[in-house]
Amino acid sequence: MYDVIVIGGGVIGGAVMRELTKYRLRVCLVEKEDDVAMGASKANSGIVHAGFDAPEGTNKAKFNVLGNRMMEGYAAELGVKFARIGSLVLAFSEEDMRLLSVLEARGVRNGVEGLSVIGQAELRAMEPNVSRNAVGALYAPTGGIVCPYELTIAAIGNAMDNGADLYTGFEAASITKANGVFTVKAASGKEVQGKLIINCAGLGAGHVAALAGDDGIKIGARIGEYILLDRESGGFVRHTLFTTPTKKGKGILVSPTVDGNILLGPTAEEAEEGNTDTTAAGMAAVTASAARMCENVPLFNTITSFAGVRAYSHDRHDFIIEESAAVEGLIHIAGIESPGLTSAPAIAKFAVEELVSKHLPLRKNENFSGRRAPDAFFKQLSAEEKNELIARDPAYGRIVCRCEQITEGEIVRAVHENPPACNIDAVKRRTRAGMGRCQGGFCQPSVAEIIARETGIPLEQVTKSGKASRLLMGRSK
Amino acid sequence: MMKTEYDIIIIGGGPAGLAAAVAAYDGGARDIVILEREARTGGILNQCIHNGFGLTRFKESLSGPEYAARFEAEVQKRGIETLLETTVLSLTAEKKVTAISPTHGVFVLQAKAVVLAMGCRERSRGALNIAGSRPAGIYSAGTAQKYVNIKGYLPGKEVVILGSGDIGLIMARRMTLEGAKVHAVCEIMPYSSGLRRNIVQCLDDFGIPLYLNHTITKIEGKDRVTGVVVSRVDENKRPIPGTEIHFDCDTVLFSVGLIPENELTKAAGIALSGGTRGAVVYQNRETEAEGIFACGNVLQVHDLVDFVSEEAEIAGRAAAQYIARGPHQRDTVEVTNGQNVSYVLPQKLDKNIAGDVKLFFRVRQTMRDCTITVSCGETVLVSRKKRVVTPGEMETVLLSQEKISSGNGQITVTVKENG
Ligand SMILES: Cc1cc2nc3c(=O)[nH]c(=O)nc-3n(C[C@H](O)[C@H](O)[C@H](O)COP(=O)(O)OP(=O)(O)OC[C@H]3O[C@@H](n4cnc5c(N)ncnc54)[C@H](O)[C@@H]3O)c2cc1C
Repeated sequence: MYDVIVIGGGVIGGAVMRELTKYRLRVCLVEKEDDVAMGASKANSGIVHAGFDAPEGTNKAKFNVLGNRMMEGYAAELGVKFARIGSLVLAFSEEDMRLLSVLEARGVRNGVEGLSVIGQAELRAMEPNVSRNAVGALYAPTGGIVCPYELTIAAIGNAMDNGADLYTGFEAASITKANGVFTVKAASGKEVQGKLIINCAGLGAGHVAALAGDDGIKIGARIGEYILLDRESGGFVRHTLFTTPTKKGKGILVSPTVDGNILLGPTAEEAEEGNTDTTAAGMAAVTASAARMCENVPLFNTITSFAGVRAYSHDRHDFIIEESAAVEGLIHIAGIESPGLTSAPAIAKFAVEELVSKHLPLRKNENFSGRRAPDAFFKQLSAEEKNELIARDPAYGRIVCRCEQITEGEIVRAVHENPPACNIDAVKRRTRAGMGRCQGGFCQPSVAEIIARETGIPLEQVTKSGKASRLLMGRSK
Repeated sequence: MMKTEYDIIIIGGGPAGLAAAVAAYDGGARDIVILEREARTGGILNQCIHNGFGLTRFKESLSGPEYAARFEAEVQKRGIETLLETTVLSLTAEKKVTAISPTHGVFVLQAKAVVLAMGCRERSRGALNIAGSRPAGIYSAGTAQKYVNIKGYLPGKEVVILGSGDIGLIMARRMTLEGAKVHAVCEIMPYSSGLRRNIVQCLDDFGIPLYLNHTITKIEGKDRVTGVVVSRVDENKRPIPGTEIHFDCDTVLFSVGLIPENELTKAAGIALSGGTRGAVVYQNRETEAEGIFACGNVLQVHDLVDFVSEEAEIAGRAAAQYIARGPHQRDTVEVTNGQNVSYVLPQKLDKNIAGDVKLFFRVRQTMRDCTITVSCGETVLVSRKKRVVTPGEMETVLLSQEKISSGNGQITVTVKENG
């Protein structure tokens, strides 16, 4: 019997799960996929927004600014890469310049620090490859970048290290409540019981609410497509570049990632719930927009394209962070579209301190340790440290992924560490093996073998990303 | 203590590295080491179990491993040192090599000369921006080859192949022999980039259709590939609406080009050629960084391993000579690609290096009844007629030492159709 059941292993569920382990509570998280960070938290822009987009007084504005302030410490504790590189909203006309002043004023009201509108000369000095047509920009020095799936995985891993349980492949299919205790049943028949439920199910949040008897959460899906450029083009831009926002959102951006790639995107189109297909039209829109923002975008250095889906609130157009009016003990954190990644640590703190506390006493967990060693730690070691490690475990001397220079030791560790990586993409998200320019062409067979060996399954059962995504179809003759 | 200084360090123990090592030894060098990241030498040949290697060099048809074994035996006979499971992490223009291995950890070696022989990698699906989903069942042809030939597993049963590069063609046959059904090979260009003999022996003989001027425009499937949409393209390579063909399949293989793996080269600050995507070299395969040589597929993507070996021998001999005599004064002539030619290698000729020089080049499109011309300004140095030239097959033309020294200024290679 758990005190709290968190449903959904995204960046929000992960942050909430970890926050809960700071107290003497029995906590579990259920996730329908075979790994965590498989929803919106896997494929998004990874921008830690400054906080000038959302109107004053909204949850989005409040948690964005708070989250932005917390993110540096949060990421550092969890050993996740974060960089406060600053962001620039580009203006291409007088009309745009006026809009920048509106954004600036809104930002100031929201509590964003350091905003300034800059002219063309300064902009070009900051971004040599910016379009000649850009006449100015809103500079936000507090804008940053973080790796969203690393942040999710690290938070959940840290929560597990602090005693919380994770159930993957657990799709909440029925929720019942009797004598103040919820029973959440998975399609597989497995079940967990707990006093509170925190609904962090992203696109599935409306469905989960309905399962528990609350029909009030209406979630829409909006897809965003991206193109990722090789690290060779790293430095093409130094800040996150936005265009002025439209009704559909913050528009397409051009930004460095924490891993040194350049990211272009996202589009914003209504989508079916689970569909993350990229489209020719979407990629054309991304390239056209990037070409409008920058000179000579190095598209020849494209290494992959992908898409993510935002879950937004149909009727309220803001983050929903509250206890259900219909079902006592059911807490919703729903409609968490952008800036949800940025807001995650602040939302989690609020949800636990203000909402969970109404039902359960928050007694400090004296054994809580919030620190976690980074997954991809090896490269950062000195030669001496590396050699000490290799002497103890020679697998750290064997490079498996040549593009990203990832060793067998790191992959073995990812397979065994919390939360365990049990497929190719899960290993990739933790170690970056297969993330580079050859996209796993060389290392995938070796990674598959390591997974099979370490988890004791036949090679044929190794999957790309869980469920039915088998890599192989039998023995060759 | 580990030995940390060598006369010659060869990076890569594939066919290029092995041949370079043997040639360097035979050229008088003794203090040589080959660094190879895999647990054995032979490189990509190890997974090429089909025949057809060595026809030019040994006048017999060998499998990949057999071809490699001949050079491995030569390396062994000469007692040339090889460090296996050793990945080079970085290289500097001063020839400092940092590497890592399970037995030695991270270590630094200093060389007097370096031969780059890292080979190439396949272009991935990601580079093509093909719309659709990202399920399991999408492989580069080489990855599929590794699964089948080395690991002993079948990556899929119903297959569509994009790109008609040689590995794709070979895998069309291999997968068919393994009991899979290859529904189509799609090629966006109007011609195949593979060898003629592979089209006949790997597609025609098995009744596998080759769709020229076609590309995959969508990949379908959530967990595993369930199908693809293939469209015809116009002369600008844009899909033509209304020409879509749907194939049910569980696997898509990509054979859309090879890219020399020059990360180390670039990091060392060595100039690369846009045409080959390998280092700019002189006829002795020395790069613009003195004492650093390059050969094989890291320098230019060859059609046949026989040519890789030949090129590696040039580099190996030159490295030995460099060790024996040190650097020399250069007298440089540039070589460029003219009309219809996409690149020429070497990009530079040094008049102070004795001997005739074979120029390697590729044409931009298929041409019939044409003339290959090597000229220097208005002067024609060599002119040769050829029945057919295609981008898929590397061309060569021999330039005598006499012609090289007679010319003054840039040398250009052009190909024109007669009449
Ligand atoms: C294209 C795009 C760009 C974005 N850019 C940014 C940005 O730059 N900065 C920023 O701050 N934010 C950004 N966001 C927003 C941010 O990604 C989201 O706010 C955040 O990831 C939401 O996290 P989550 O945990 O709520 O949702 P998710 O990550 O989607 O997690 C929900 C989880 O619940 C699971 N689940 C669903 N139903 C069930 C069930 N019945 N049982 C068990 N598990 C279930 C799902 O499998 C999933 O893992 C972007 C979003 C998108 C899509």
